[in-house]
Amino acid sequence: MNAIELKGVSVRYRSEKVRSLKELVVRGLRPSRPFFYSLRNVTLAIANGESVGIIGSNGAGKSTLLRVAAGIIQPSEGVAIGRGSIVPLMELGTGFEAELSGRENILFNGALLGRTRAQMRAQMDAIIEFSGIEQFVDAPIRTYSTGMIARLAFSIATAVDAETILLDEILAVGDASFRERCDERIRKFVREGRTVVLVSHDTDAVMTLCRRTLWLSHGEIVGDGRSEDVIREYEAHRSDAG
Amino acid sequence: MIVQNQERHNVAGASLRARDEIHDLAAHANLLLELVHRDLTVRYKRSIFGFLWTLLHPLLLMAIFTVVFSHLFRRETPHYETYFLSAYIAWNFFSQTVTNAMASVAWNGPLMKRVRVPRSIFTLSSIVSGLVNLLLSMLALLVIMLIVRAPLFPSLLFVPISLLIVGVFTFGVSLALTALSVFFADVREMVQAGLPALLYMTPVIYPVSIVPASFRWIVERNPLTYLIEIVRAPIYYGHLPSPRTIIAALAVSLISLLSGWLIFRRLAPSFEGRL
Repeated sequence: MNAIELKGVSVRYRSEKVRSLKELVVRGLRPSRPFFYSLRNVTLAIANGESVGIIGSNGAGKSTLLRVAAGIIQPSEGVAIGRGSIVPLMELGTGFEAELSGRENILFNGALLGRTRAQMRAQMDAIIEFSGIEQFVDAPIRTYSTGMIARLAFSIATAVDAETILLDEILAVGDASFRERCDERIRKFVREGRTVVLVSHDTDAVMTLCRRTLWLSHGEIVGDGRSEDVIREYEAHRSDAG
Repeated sequence: MIVQNQERHNVAGASLRARDEIHDLAAHANLLLELVHRDLTVRYKRSIFGFLWTLLHPLLLMAIFTVVFSHLFRRETPHYETYFLSAYIAWNFFSQTVTNAMASVAWNGPLMKRVRVPRSIFTLSSIVSGLVNLLLSMLALLVIMLIVRAPLFPSLLFVPISLLIVGVFTFGVSLALTALSVFFADVREMVQAGLPALLYMTPVIYPVSIVPASFRWIVERNPLTYLIEIVRAPIYYGHLPSPRTIIAALAVSLISLLSGWLIFRRLAPSFEGRL
């Protein structure tokens, strides 16, 4: 079974400027504004239990691909299929309410990921311990540092019992020791037969954590295969261009 | 949808179906509770009176209007405070909820881009939070009515049905306005400017009888007149609203829900490009 399947998926946006009522009256509704393709005709399958890295330069469509896979955005063309429970962990600090305490935010975040209070309470101690914020867990989140928020976000998303986890550039933060623990947890996920999709600029991390790598460029898949091969090609391409 | 052992197809161009959205909302009931809890607690977290502000605001207005108008409208409306509050509480629910719903969708925009939740959940949570505040305000009104010895009628039992109809109407209007406000920032400003005007076109502060015949059509064509009336009649006048008023209010709220949903459904799939 495949955890994620994309068939001919494109995501496009109208390249538009800020539109106000005034502008609308002045220009009228022009239907033929050009499209900007964030993903173009992407077809791929990620099997259950695979660990897949996604690399590519800024604006290549990596995050868009994760969002389509998670069902957050609707494709403009094609079909995206997700099977089983998929937990996305995208950009830090979203889903955190500044005025609520760390503990309350764990419950709130859990609800965003479709979990009940009881389920989150059962995991509470493990989450707090892994994030290493014990002393501050009852203080409002607004008093936290970026690193603390990052650790809490990672701890919550990976404590939630999901079959597939999507990680977007999440490893870029935190100190070395926390990153090591993150890596270890991702490896554990893979060992347990769960599906991991990891978007990262850090090709070393992708190399060690993911067996397979996708290389995206301008919304299209230009490389797909064993991480060593794809990353070698990618780096060669980068040094050519640079 | 985050449900175990489920296959989720996300097809280009597929439109949002009401049945799917309702299922989706039901599956996220837990999130709805968290959102309502957050709405009700965070807002007042750092204020001393906290939750009481929700009640103090209409009470302060009541005090002002009672001082200003109770003498003026003495003949038409004995117990002006009950006359005013019974309608103003419903009005306040409508205007606050519409405003909050738009703010909530804008505020939670980043969230909608990062987790998959039903798009209407933020609008719905504003309605539910509003209804909680509305019920508390109604309790406060009862206390005031006891204090000023306004008569309490058995028709009060009809009020929950009235509030439900007002809630449905408000949900429809909020769906339409939140969807539109995502695309046009002007909508929020228009609503902010329009609400006070609408208040004066609705017989909340004044009795209909003082409206000159030549202007009465405005009041009579204003759908809110009927929605306010079905709340006020059982509280203040002590009788059920006339069948004509009930049917008008019911029709208005169903039309609001249907058109609100159609507008929302049309715009929701392109939200994430605009938030």
